[in-house]
Amino acid sequence: MMALPQARQDATEARLAALTYPEGAAWVTAARNDALARLRAMGLPDRRDEYWKYTRPDTLVTAEPTEAALYDTSGEPELFGNVDRLKIVFVDGVFDEEASDNLTLEGASIERLADAGKADIHWAKDVYGVLETRGQTPVERPLATLNTAMATDGVLIHATGKVSKPIHFIYHHKSTTSDAILHHAIKLDEGADLTILESGPAAARFNKVMEVEVADNAGFHHVRKQGRDHERRAVTHIFARLGQESAFKSFTLTSNGVLTRNECVIELTGDDASAHVAGAAVGDGGFHHDDTVFITHDAERCESRQVFKKVLRNGATGVFQGKILVKEGAQKTDGYQISQSLLLDGDSQFLAKPELEIYADDVICSHGSTSGAIDEEGLFYLRARGIPHEKATDLLTIAFLAEAVDEVEDEGLRADIVSRLQGWLERRRG
Amino acid sequence: MLEIKNLHVDLEEEEKTILKGVDLKVEAGKVHAIMGPNGSGKSTLSYVLSGKDGYEVTDGTATLEGADLLEMEPEERAAAGLFLAFQYPVEIPGVGNMTFLRTALNSQLKARGEPEMSATDFLKMVRDKAKTLKIDADMLKRPVNVGFSGGEKKRNEILQMAVLEPKMCILDETDSGLDVDAMKLVAEGVNALRDQGRGFLVITHYQRLLDHIKPDVVHIMAEGRIVKTGGPELALEVENNGYADILAEVA
Repeated sequence: MMALPQARQDATEARLAALTYPEGAAWVTAARNDALARLRAMGLPDRRDEYWKYTRPDTLVTAEPTEAALYDTSGEPELFGNVDRLKIVFVDGVFDEEASDNLTLEGASIERLADAGKADIHWAKDVYGVLETRGQTPVERPLATLNTAMATDGVLIHATGKVSKPIHFIYHHKSTTSDAILHHAIKLDEGADLTILESGPAAARFNKVMEVEVADNAGFHHVRKQGRDHERRAVTHIFARLGQESAFKSFTLTSNGVLTRNECVIELTGDDASAHVAGAAVGDGGFHHDDTVFITHDAERCESRQVFKKVLRNGATGVFQGKILVKEGAQKTDGYQISQSLLLDGDSQFLAKPELEIYADDVICSHGSTSGAIDEEGLFYLRARGIPHEKATDLLTIAFLAEAVDEVEDEGLRADIVSRLQGWLERRRG
Repeated sequence: MLEIKNLHVDLEEEEKTILKGVDLKVEAGKVHAIMGPNGSGKSTLSYVLSGKDGYEVTDGTATLEGADLLEMEPEERAAAGLFLAFQYPVEIPGVGNMTFLRTALNSQLKARGEPEMSATDFLKMVRDKAKTLKIDADMLKRPVNVGFSGGEKKRNEILQMAVLEPKMCILDETDSGLDVDAMKLVAEGVNALRDQGRGFLVITHYQRLLDHIKPDVVHIMAEGRIVKTGGPELALEVENNGYADILAEVA
């Protein structure tokens, strides 16, 4: 192996030195040690990395804490407040037992990562760091490896059947310099069904990994709203492996935040599985939002869908790097990928890198990427019917995002997401 | 109702004059038809009146019940009671037809300082009106005009007109792309509103629509001006002899 450049080694060691290596039982310590060794071999990303061409990783990597002012959302209704769910609350990356519900739920066992260290044998040893490791080829994702090594908290969920209600991770941000690393490991048994909700800004700087093992015929649903503290930074990874006839659905709404990189790495390893990943991002000013998706088809008749829409204004930047890899033998693959941006002014930009790599001969794969302004014909039509200019623009903006938002199957959750979008649009008037 | 005086209009993008002094007055409860060859400025007139970008008024006035239309934003003109049935209704993916109709109606009510309509009352009203235009529940649910046939789009325009109840309606080639049955439906919709004292300006190429919507006055437009005005018989003359005779006569 080629030796790492000194600067990169130094940066990696400096970052590690600024963190405390967590204590834990044998199984998790083994996973952390392994991650630490892997991280030292690859080093943290820098701006010369091809995979970080459109997003500068500096502030996600640096050893010094980054600052983010707190955004006051008091007085706003709680997101998913009308949904019967089990709440698990973190404040600046630390589990808040007081604010969380009792961690018992029909159809699932739920444990804190910090507590699960007691036993030397744990189901999570087959998930924690395992899916993350698989996700390192063909492209390295060192920030996820850093997470596996250094995460101090997180949740381990083992779904054994249909879980009676959604589990909601709520991430509060209370310190302007918090630097949080959370790692969740989730395992769905055959036929299990689980919905995970996530919301909140989490920390001034947030590094989160969620690994999801989805067994045959199981269904995993994920709806996330990333908190809108204007200066917060986040890098998140989802690693999922899908068994036969299983289904994976993930949707993310992002509004604001100065820097967000959401990576999603999915392997379809059982026949007839399906994976849908969607995102709606709205931002202005210093907003930089990056969706990086890698879907590997390694079984027959699987379906995958990537739908990413961004509304950008006042010099905001949107990035999409999306890949569909169809391996040899993954016949009858149906892959779809669309990334689009609505640029509300000439200062904003959208950078897209869609990729297809196909080694099977009987597949359908389509991809598209567009950037455009608001449709003037449509705008005039709405105004000619009496709808004021701003309201008409809002309607067309929500309509532009609809294909992504519609990926949220549950009507109540979808309505919550749409109302948040409307709130964002209304706050930005004037 | 609608009064246009000496209206001159240029295209903004190119140095081209489209309307060269249009004079027209439509009274309440009356139907005026405008006919004329392609390129005579009929559609431009409808766009300028409803406030579309891309045109510059260089001279003249247009008022609706005395209010200066040309000073208003498109949405203000709509709230003041002007309605344009588009020649090519625009498809708006992602916006449901019902949401669109309700937002439009409530925006207009709000602009006029009238109370907004409740969801229940609105639903009932739209369903009743849709029924007479043979617009089914599915069309109401779908995104605005998306996947509609040409005829469905035109019927959807008339539904919007029926729901918004404007004072002055401009129909821009609403008959194009309609079969006979659809044309009858559209005409019935127009005639129902006409009886309530609303004004109509019907732009058309053919006599056909005027069989169903009997005009009070027919204007012939050519090269940016109204060159001849008469009764319904003028439309029949066009139908039988084309524009050549009339244009030769006024040249």
